[in-house]
Amino acid sequence: MTLPMTPQPGALAGEHELVQLLSPDGTRRHDPRFPDDDVEREQVEGWYRDLVLTRRIDTEAFALQRHGELGLWPPALGQEAAQVGSGRALRPQDFAFPTYRDHGVAYCRGVDPTQLLGLFRGTELGSWDPQEHRYGLPQIIIGAQTLHATGYAMGLLLDGAVGHGDPERDAATIAYLGDGATSQGDVAESFVWAASYQAPVVFFCQNNQYAISVPLERQTRVPIAQRAAGFGFEGIRVDGNDVLACHAVTRAALQKARDGGGPTLIEAVTYRMGAHTTSDDPTRYRTADETEQWKAKDPIARVRAYLEAEGATPDFFASVEAEADQLGARLREACAQLPEPDLADLFSSVHTDLPPELAAQRDDAVAWQALDERGAA
Amino acid sequence: MPEFALPDVGEGLTEAEIVTWRVAEGDEVQVNDVLVDIETAKSVVELPSPFAGRVGAIMAAEGDTVAVGTPILRVDPAEPEGAPTNGVLVGYGPRDEAVGGGRRRRRGAHAASSSATEVPAAPVSVAALAKPPVRKFAKDHGIDLREVTPSDPAGIISRADVEAHLASRRTDAEPAPSEPVAQAPTSAAGRRVPIAGVRKRTAEAMVQSAFTAPHVTEWVTVDVSATMHLVERLRGDREFSDVKVTPTLIVAKAVCLALRRTPDLHARWDEDAQEIVFPEHVGLGIATATERGLLVPVVPDADTMTLAELGRAIGELVATGREGTLQPAQMAGGTFTITNVGVFGVDAGTPILNPGQSGILAVGAINRRPWVDEATDEIVPRWVTTLACSFDHRVVDGEQGSRFLADVAALLSDPVRALTF
Repeated sequence: MTLPMTPQPGALAGEHELVQLLSPDGTRRHDPRFPDDDVEREQVEGWYRDLVLTRRIDTEAFALQRHGELGLWPPALGQEAAQVGSGRALRPQDFAFPTYRDHGVAYCRGVDPTQLLGLFRGTELGSWDPQEHRYGLPQIIIGAQTLHATGYAMGLLLDGAVGHGDPERDAATIAYLGDGATSQGDVAESFVWAASYQAPVVFFCQNNQYAISVPLERQTRVPIAQRAAGFGFEGIRVDGNDVLACHAVTRAALQKARDGGGPTLIEAVTYRMGAHTTSDDPTRYRTADETEQWKAKDPIARVRAYLEAEGATPDFFASVEAEADQLGARLREACAQLPEPDLADLFSSVHTDLPPELAAQRDDAVAWQALDERGAA
Repeated sequence: MPEFALPDVGEGLTEAEIVTWRVAEGDEVQVNDVLVDIETAKSVVELPSPFAGRVGAIMAAEGDTVAVGTPILRVDPAEPEGAPTNGVLVGYGPRDEAVGGGRRRRRGAHAASSSATEVPAAPVSVAALAKPPVRKFAKDHGIDLREVTPSDPAGIISRADVEAHLASRRTDAEPAPSEPVAQAPTSAAGRRVPIAGVRKRTAEAMVQSAFTAPHVTEWVTVDVSATMHLVERLRGDREFSDVKVTPTLIVAKAVCLALRRTPDLHARWDEDAQEIVFPEHVGLGIATATERGLLVPVVPDADTMTLAELGRAIGELVATGREGTLQPAQMAGGTFTITNVGVFGVDAGTPILNPGQSGILAVGAINRRPWVDEATDEIVPRWVTTLACSFDHRVVDGEQGSRFLADVAALLSDPVRALTF
């Protein structure tokens, strides 16, 4: 026998009002807590380009999986505004710790989109230098990256990199996580440490409503943002399909962190329009009606509507589209060209000084590989 | 000429079924145009084109089950140079080289050079080549395309080829019109539906059951007027306001109660262990006709539920089944099945056991029939139905089977008897 468990919309709404600066029809609104008067049309055009290119990275990689070129792909479709808005709020010295779905954040951090493919083609475990881009490698373990972000933020405190009022010097970290991750022990531990040390970390939760097939009401009975209060820091709920709001709220939270004000939990309310991964079939656990409702809140359509009303030219949109097509072709080509991994690389990125036992194992492995290739030739 | 090999779209799948081709031979396609819908063990998936060009050949027919790595389509490229790489590059599908002794597969074996030149003839033997309209024409006339001789040297069957084949078959059939059964062209010429999906799984399960478990079926015809009266009363009861009260619900409850007295009817024959397994609780399967076919969602621990809980559980599962969103887990763990054939207006049948179960109850139509009132010896109109119970004679003998069926009948005839169980 199971206890009846019905969703309680009232409990989920709570007092955490959604911050929205651009409505689904493309109208700008203002919120005194998050001033965005400095955001001009040119900047929004830049974000529009970011959103369209992010979506193309995602849909092209999805198609590459269906071509048989990738083993797996976790789509970010529908979550572009949350990723671009927050990603563009970061300064070069900040450090982002992502999940495996944050392709748009990677793009904002200057990671070449072709570098996102190797992990999912099984040729590498992440090929960019996290220090160079200040962007970590995709974390597969749900929620573990919140510990890394918190630890790194505590390190920033020890380094004295916080609270000087110097925009070039003060730094913060941002941890990306999903709604499902909030049920993980790692995340609770991160919240405890971040709060008690007032660490300069922003927890950016993309609440996309589902942890694979598990709906939000099985993770929490209150808005996710409300959970922060129990740990002793601030939680904010933002329209995750609104790139302006995501940018403004993340910018404010990061600044607070850099100024020594401690952590913030941002709940970006969004929707995963696609499947959990290419191996998943979402029609088994959610209705077409629900997906249609979210389609009307598309993060790109509202920016386009705003820009059109502001007088952006058809040429602008066409040029972005052409750039996206080029990017798509480049991704397809690069995917087929990804080099086979070298067995020796397995040993190269863990220890600064390789212990003698591992060095011996590496030499054995390389010798075995050479033998194998001779045999196959 | 690049070929599109069936990819592994779901981490470890080995095969998929071709459901619908969205393109025909000769069509121009762009990169990422949808080519075909395939159904895997997990879901129906659209495959986008890796190539731009003209569809040269469709190498697998709708309804075919194809192994991962098998070429399903050839594209003649728009630009001959710079043909993309070919084959299933990643995934767990079959490899073109034997992998032995823990050796690595040789790198570069999947480069473009290994593609079309020597391969294209091979798939012809697997499936006849024809454009979708020709396939439909052949299907509509009951013709197996593999029997048709193509006039095209490339082996592609045209509509004219099918018409010629049809004409020759008519000629063959004509000399023997006096034998009505002879070639039976009229019965052969019907709609052809590929055996696939739920139909295929149902067939496999039924064949396995029919040829594994020795079936015995018993019937009883029973006056269920008291049950119908109870259904009416419960429908007006506030506690049942959110429950869909049906005669099936009362039958389900009666089955749970009767199984308590005769658990043999849901015991399981474990051939491997040479044991008969008596489950702790009743996993009650409710056979449901859906658009996808026959599905049997299961109410777990049905015997621990109150009538209202059972009604809600059945209602939810049946609704989910009709929506087509039942998950495999909701169809597992059944120990006994009820099939309500009465909704189709028939009196009874000999139900075939769900594989692994030892009992199934078919409930016939409940309608007004003449009945002899035992007290007055007069014929009176009553609500009457026929119950048919099949059981696995390896596990259950006539004694237990009869007692179970008689118990269910008695409970439906006089629900108050539930107090005695």
